[in-house]
Amino acid sequence: MPYGPHTAPDRERMLATLGIASVDELFLDIPEALRASPLRLPDPEPELELASRLRGLAARNRVDLVSFLGAGVYRHYSPAVVDQMLLRGEWYTAYTPYQPEVSQGTLQSIYEYESLIAELVGLEIVSASHYDGAAATAEAGLMTCRATRRERVLVSRAVHPHYRETMQTYFGSALQLDEIPLVETGPDAGTTDLAALERLLGDTERPVAGVVAAQPNFFGLLEPMREIGELAHAVGALFTAVVEPVSLAVLDPPGAYGADIAAGEGQALGISPQYGGPYLGILACTEPLVRQIPGRLVGMTTDVRGQRAFVMTMRAREQDIRRDKAASNICTNQALLALAASIYLVTIGPHGLRDVAATGAARAAELETALAGLGIERLHPGPYLNEFAVRIPGARDIHRRLIDRGFLAGLVLADVEPGDPAVADTLLLCATEVTTSTDIARFAGALAEVLGAMPPVAVEAGPRSGAAR
Amino acid sequence: MNPTDLRYTNDHEWVRVEGDTATIGITGFATDQLGDIVYVELPATGTALAQGATFGVVESVKAVSDLFAPISGEVVATNDGLSSQPELVNQEPYGSGWMLKLKVADASELDSLLDAAAYDALNAEA
Repeated sequence: MPYGPHTAPDRERMLATLGIASVDELFLDIPEALRASPLRLPDPEPELELASRLRGLAARNRVDLVSFLGAGVYRHYSPAVVDQMLLRGEWYTAYTPYQPEVSQGTLQSIYEYESLIAELVGLEIVSASHYDGAAATAEAGLMTCRATRRERVLVSRAVHPHYRETMQTYFGSALQLDEIPLVETGPDAGTTDLAALERLLGDTERPVAGVVAAQPNFFGLLEPMREIGELAHAVGALFTAVVEPVSLAVLDPPGAYGADIAAGEGQALGISPQYGGPYLGILACTEPLVRQIPGRLVGMTTDVRGQRAFVMTMRAREQDIRRDKAASNICTNQALLALAASIYLVTIGPHGLRDVAATGAARAAELETALAGLGIERLHPGPYLNEFAVRIPGARDIHRRLIDRGFLAGLVLADVEPGDPAVADTLLLCATEVTTSTDIARFAGALAEVLGAMPPVAVEAGPRSGAAR
Repeated sequence: MNPTDLRYTNDHEWVRVEGDTATIGITGFATDQLGDIVYVELPATGTALAQGATFGVVESVKAVSDLFAPISGEVVATNDGLSSQPELVNQEPYGSGWMLKLKVADASELDSLLDAAAYDALNAEA
């Protein structure tokens, strides 16, 4: 059964019109070494057997674990109306609503997404939308270079490691990306080192376009965002805040502490954690940067009959017009996921979002207390919202043993920062409003069992775990 | 139809030289082609420009176009009025719609530019 839209006679007619003999001739401009080699697919199977095999593969995913994993993707309760609304076929449209006369519904949904996010981040301009938080953060870095005509960006080491890697990919060798070290000890351990930042900014030979820091940071800690922004602005650099949108219900929004750009992962807004996405990149900026922000901007206007209408605006800098000189090559707007975020936000409302954020923080505090009862202390002393790191000797082994007992004990930090001794033997743990007190008590119990069963060396390293039992 | 005391580029910039200062803008033909201009992005004062280098962009409701330096020189002034009133470029392209002033680096480069008659002829072909 052919799945392509064109029949063999269709193809023959198109080839005849073009005056070529085969489809391959269309790709002759591409050097042969760069062309995709033929796909090596297994032979066809009967649907019944294939479905059974795919079900078997899917069953290898563990969806039964009690999870304390966050690290950039967060489990939240999504009201049933969110997914139900997304099933409506009207939303399944091709990418970009270039023609306002036939796209008012899609355009209005994007306009409303942009309005909701603008309110959440406290900045005037929001574009809809980017692949994920990492891509949005990289675009933010490029925006600061274009706006300042400088070529160097500083990113805090407490920004998600995947985001830093993505920035490096986008920057290539044309732009410089330097990391700001973290405070190693004392009450501010694990947050961006302001003194080091000031030194990096003082290098007048290599002027800085932008400074990037995350709130909460990758370790769940709260950063001195206002101070970071002031240091950046003092040397004419712009300040990008990487934000987690649910946290903005209880933390200051970027607009309140002087950020010029906000970027972040929108998955927490009604989108289920999935194995790698698709997710939703949030990108917002102040009005003076409106000509630097990539992605779709939708405005509200009136049509020729004086009726309210929605239309894409600031189009002239996009790639279909500006080609290689466009602000970005971003060409999707993740509209369905932006719609999910919009429905989530309007369904739970500002008070609901505050409850989600506050409950997550309360559960995380409960988790901290339960772990402290086992003698497991936080890695950093500073304030956090709903995620924190703990040091446990043998962390990777303990993590593995807990999976056998039905618990996902967060993230082994050494897996994402393998060369960093500061995070050796640590776990990054998260709680949200869907984490229950029962989950926490059972997790602590399982952890106590695992610690008790550990080889002597680990028990010596954590003597209080014995006392707690 | 274009002022005879100016020099022109094939890319539709004009340049007026007074002493060692060159004032630069875009021509009436360019503004007619672009339509309503909504934004002009100009370089910082002190920027050194080589002849033919991109010095900014002009954005109309239809398109965004690069601006090219007709001659080499250092930017000594830009037209701040255009940030709030970009329409001046449409209204008075050779007057209040000017874009930047350069300190002329090499006056001989002017010889490579078109005079009004040659520029009129270029547009007649278009």
